Amino acid sequence: MNFITEHKLPVGQWAETMMDGLITYCGAFFDAISMVLDVMIESLVDFLSMLPPWLFIIIVAGLIFWQQRNKAVTAFFVLSLLLIWNLGYWEETIETFSLIIYATGFCVLLGVPIGIAAAHRPKLYRFIRPLLDLMQTIPPFVYLIPALTLFGLGVVPGLISTIVFAIAAPIRLTHLGISQVPLELLEAGRAFGCTKRSLLLKVEIPAAMSSIRAGITQCIMLSLSMVVISALVGADGLGKPVVRALNTVNIATGFEAGLAIVLVAIMLDRIFKSK
Amino acid sequence: MIEFKNVDVVFGKQPERALPLMDNGESLQEIQEKTGLTAAVRNASLKVGKGEICVLMGLSGSGKSSLLRTANGLNPVTRGDVFLETDQGVQNFHELSEDQRRHVRMNRISMVFQKFALMPWLTVAENVAFGLEQKGLDKRTVRAKSIEQLALVGLGEWADKKPSELSGGMQQRVGLARAFAMETDIILMDEPFSALDPLIRSDLQDELLRLQKQLNKTVLFVSHDLDEALKLGNHIAIMKDGVIVQHDTPENIVMNPADDYVEAFVAHTNPIDVVNAQALMRPLNDFQEQQSEICLSERDDCWLYQGDSIASSSIRYGDIKVPLALWRDGDTDDVNKKRALVVPLETRMQTVMALRYHSGHGVLVEQDGKLMGHVGDREIYHAMLGKLIGDK
Repeated sequence: MNFITEHKLPVGQWAETMMDGLITYCGAFFDAISMVLDVMIESLVDFLSMLPPWLFIIIVAGLIFWQQRNKAVTAFFVLSLLLIWNLGYWEETIETFSLIIYATGFCVLLGVPIGIAAAHRPKLYRFIRPLLDLMQTIPPFVYLIPALTLFGLGVVPGLISTIVFAIAAPIRLTHLGISQVPLELLEAGRAFGCTKRSLLLKVEIPAAMSSIRAGITQCIMLSLSMVVISALVGADGLGKPVVRALNTVNIATGFEAGLAIVLVAIMLDRIFKSK
Repeated sequence: MIEFKNVDVVFGKQPERALPLMDNGESLQEIQEKTGLTAAVRNASLKVGKGEICVLMGLSGSGKSSLLRTANGLNPVTRGDVFLETDQGVQNFHELSEDQRRHVRMNRISMVFQKFALMPWLTVAENVAFGLEQKGLDKRTVRAKSIEQLALVGLGEWADKKPSELSGGMQQRVGLARAFAMETDIILMDEPFSALDPLIRSDLQDELLRLQKQLNKTVLFVSHDLDEALKLGNHIAIMKDGVIVQHDTPENIVMNPADDYVEAFVAHTNPIDVVNAQALMRPLNDFQEQQSEICLSERDDCWLYQGDSIASSSIRYGDIKVPLALWRDGDTDDVNKKRALVVPLETRMQTVMALRYHSGHGVLVEQDGKLMGHVGDREIYHAMLGKLIGDK
């Protein structure tokens, strides 16, 4: 039995060598990405922080009422935001919102087209399905380390890990929705002269829309669940007070920040589940 | 006009592999076992002229829908030709480029589906407009045309509802409007009324006949319901295992089924709705002639004397002479025992039976003033029972 333990395979070494190689040869590339993403997120945070909280709350309430036509939901939004403001987590909430907007935006921009392509090409889906499984099963902490070495401390590795963790949902649900479009609708589309492009835009995507929207909602929720973990690599937001509270065993702060995260989650969920 | 010429349709990978087996006359099952391919349609030839409704009939899996779908390219043709009348003359659809096919789909040929295939996220009017928008017409024209088509099928009020708010019958009216809106000469209908209740189905069949009278389309209609086929079809093609086993007029399908399969199909049809005097009658030259008289019935001692015209002809029972009188659809009085009636070829069997009953005489059948045949009790009973007796 000693033979097995004495000749340890250098799996970890390989991974490290690969990472070193990446940093040596592509370091500049990753730095550039890191910089661009950092500027994008920072400017959104700056822009949203520019607004005084009361104005922000009024704008949000107006938009929500216009979208949902529901006084109870609007009241919930106003009260939640007031509570967050009152508890003193306004800045962090704005940062978390920005992170989630970017993470979800990238996930949708990449995930929906990939899902559509996979639905049209069963072979492609057979190839990416194990990758998706892998991305969802590897504990986020594991790829947080390489993300940290490639992109440096701060919000960018948090964003990247969040995307890796959350992108599987829109891909899977888009794939599901597009594959389940009834054959008769596709035939009707073709019989009435659709090109491949118009078939996609006018039949497949509208028919799969509820599934795609479910994918986006899930993506938001998954991104939110990464908030605390990204805080570990230095991403700003509601995760930071949670981590701080954990380190100092501060029940009060932990509870308040946790409550704010839950409120943000419910609000985001309401926005996308409206229809 | 649409014409299928020796069309074979095979589903599966490399479908050409099945062709030699099909030429050897191997059965569906044999081909399936040897190659894993499904031979859906075999050597089908069929022509539907302008203004005609041709009904493709058969059990499920008989290849009728597969054949229909080759007409607009939803199914590929493995071998054979599908000719359509287009603005560039008669063209073989499957030799056209993808763009030309799209052009044909938008301008020459449209389709109605079994499960309606309406887009649930669009309103009724937007559904009707679906094909028109593909044509690239401007929004106002599209809207005006779709409202006009909806009015034609009696759904003008429902333009801005969603399809889910409509009953099945109304949804299929939308399907019809969508197809008619394209203003194509050819319309494919894939079991359009099969998913509907019998009463609604009958309504929509009447509606289709009414629209057809008005619009004079070339219709290829798939059905598994013989009564529907007999009601709608100018001619009927019966398919079995991908082969057209009989292509004929409704009368002939019922009166002279080509084989046991067709016979089983028509066994439960009521012929009085379908058969006309022409199919029903016994031609005069089948009767025995004695001294310039034709013996219609030996038992009744009934003889037909043919003069130069119908007016100068008569029938005779022993010594009693009975003159002939022409009868036309819509005549109600004058039916009495004093005269034997002469009807045109296309008179329905139901009418012939009523005339036979009320006049008490056999009914004679004429064409252009010339006596062609006779319908007596024998012919009527034969039509009712003929399929059961199995001989002529």
